[in-house]
Amino acid sequence: MSIIAPVRQGPLAALNPVAKLGAALIVTVVLLLSIDIVSAAVALGIELVLLCFSRIPWRVLVVRTAPIWIAAPLAGITTVLYGRTSGVVYVQWMFVEISDGSIQLAVATTLRILAIGLPAVLLFITIDPTDLADGLAQVLRLPARFVLGGLAGLRLVGLFADDWRALTLARRARGISESGALRRMLGQAFALFVLSIRRGTKLATAMEARGFGSSRTRTWARQSVFRGRDWATLVVAATVAVTAAGAAIAAGTWHVFGA
Amino acid sequence: MRGLSLSIQPGERVLLLGASGAGKSTVLAGLAGVLGGDDDGEATGSLTVGGRRPVDARGASGLLLQDPDSQVILARVGDDVAFACENLGVPREQIWPRVLDALDAVRLRVPLDHPTWQLSGGQKQRLALAGLLAMRPGLLLLDEPTANLDPEGVIEVREAVASAVAATGATLIVVEHRVSVWRGLVDRVIVLAADGGVLADGPPDAVLADASNELRRAGVWLPDEPVPVASEAAVGAPLLTAEALAFGRGPAIARRAKRGSRRAARSQAQDAAALPDRVDARIHEGSALALVGRNGAGKSTLALTLGGLLPPLGGVLRAEQALASDAASEPSAWRSRDLLTRIGSVFQNPEHQFVASTVRDELAIGLRAMHERDDTISARVDELLDRLALAPFADANPFTLSGGQKRRLSVATALATRPTLLVLDEPTFGQDANTWAGLVEMIAELRADGHAVVAATHDDEFVTAIGAGRLLLGASSEVAA
Repeated sequence: MSIIAPVRQGPLAALNPVAKLGAALIVTVVLLLSIDIVSAAVALGIELVLLCFSRIPWRVLVVRTAPIWIAAPLAGITTVLYGRTSGVVYVQWMFVEISDGSIQLAVATTLRILAIGLPAVLLFITIDPTDLADGLAQVLRLPARFVLGGLAGLRLVGLFADDWRALTLARRARGISESGALRRMLGQAFALFVLSIRRGTKLATAMEARGFGSSRTRTWARQSVFRGRDWATLVVAATVAVTAAGAAIAAGTWHVFGA
Repeated sequence: MRGLSLSIQPGERVLLLGASGAGKSTVLAGLAGVLGGDDDGEATGSLTVGGRRPVDARGASGLLLQDPDSQVILARVGDDVAFACENLGVPREQIWPRVLDALDAVRLRVPLDHPTWQLSGGQKQRLALAGLLAMRPGLLLLDEPTANLDPEGVIEVREAVASAVAATGATLIVVEHRVSVWRGLVDRVIVLAADGGVLADGPPDAVLADASNELRRAGVWLPDEPVPVASEAAVGAPLLTAEALAFGRGPAIARRAKRGSRRAARSQAQDAAALPDRVDARIHEGSALALVGRNGAGKSTLALTLGGLLPPLGGVLRAEQALASDAASEPSAWRSRDLLTRIGSVFQNPEHQFVASTVRDELAIGLRAMHERDDTISARVDELLDRLALAPFADANPFTLSGGQKRRLSVATALATRPTLLVLDEPTFGQDANTWAGLVEMIAELRADGHAVVAATHDDEFVTAIGAGRLLLGASSEVAA
């Protein structure tokens, strides 16, 4: 078992994962500063144009970004119904209040989730965990022990699913599936926890047996390089963020933290 | 362990034997320098590899462990082999040639970016071995490297080790119960005593002659040992019938399906891919059936299906009157409590089945679920503790037991409620000769009492010893492929 495989098509896959991480971070931070329609719409517009150049197959794109296309309108509808009331009130029923203010907030929220979520998903689905670990350790100089420990641990996640299934079957075989659902779940979760620790311990021994954690300076079989195109990615992300913020400021809709 | 004095010369190939708990694995871990520090225990005396402390000599020795799954470190084959070189600070331009050499030495011919999770058990062990060889160690330490593999995997790994040792001239120390696998490769056999120290040490033929009978008592598998043959058992009424049964990795049944939702579960089950085999089988009181076939042929899946834990994906699986009595005729529709007296399942990994914090409670779980009286429960538990030699560990946590003890406990938990049919999945994996013989004896007694036994197994000698009929799986798919 493995967790979902990274997408390898298109120019995004060739970028250094650290650049992709940085780009997603830049867009997210700037767009979180203000909740208004203009900045989110401008950012989303530019992103959709850029998306056309990503050369990721449409099918993959639709499947992987589906959660965002579902979550964004849902968040919008909730905001329409319960968002902060201001201006003309159109409908009022129990806790529901639809007003100019809540409609505006809803559109801004929906656009913002899309504008932050889409690029984040696009950038992350093309990241291979091994390459990310190489980048974090070599480009950002994070401690190798920490990064590689995390990477190796990630591989165990797939085994958890198999363990959980075996534990479910085993509890039926032991005649205790009918005891209370909560108690059964807690017991099974604890069993999975114990099994995970044992697996982790064994993995740690196997890593040590291959010289992990020795005092020698580590070398890297795969070089993680931060190239011109990686810098360019950061510049593009900054441009998207600055253009969006600039447009909102020019339109007078930019309110930091909704102030 | 204490008071062990040994000296092994460069280039020697040693087989290390001894009873469970004699400290074989501890010796290897110590030599590999992964035994931990002062927090993990006390150390007296000295242990050196090539004159240095093992912890300082990381990379001078390589340790291969038993469990294939826990030794895969990275997601791609090439990266996994390169991992050790990186840790030892080998310059990048030397790493990839070493990786290719190592993969060649273990004859693992897959692309460098091949996903490691797609490898078979034997391939994973060879991958781990390649990772060690890439360090160019002078000392190879193998801790029961083939105990969890099917017969093909065992041969793969043995051949890989043989060619690697021949090519590098490395010193080899192997711990393994099954002597016949390694006998041709080693030139010295050392037997550790259970109470510390060395019991026997010398050339294989001299030591394995086992003049004092000490090896047999320690549970070592001696070569050319005659396999016991089961006596005939009387066969009674039919218990379970499979007709054109299709099975596969369907949804796990957590609890009995409600009447309305059973059809939904059925259609959901049909979405799961059924394995190519269609099975016809009749299981009678007192009979034994062995599910045999290659890895991935579906032995475990069929065992789970016959055990009423997975839904059939087609065909018929019918519990006859003698088995079902007042319950429905489909085992998958029973409540889990209904299974207790009817079908007991023993999983390949005993740890999956442990739910209590002491051995005694573990044995009582099923009886409590049946609402037995307290004195009945404690009488039955005491009887099982005695019969399976678990009495000294009654208050121990099941997870702290040794491999053989865990296996005996998991079988005992199923036997506690006296199920009419017992389903075992790879009961002899990684077991020493004593546990093996104990299992064989117990199955003979069960059959004589009119219980039926189904076992999914690779172990041909075990099938003969329990006198089981064979159901071969995966043959048809092999022809198709």
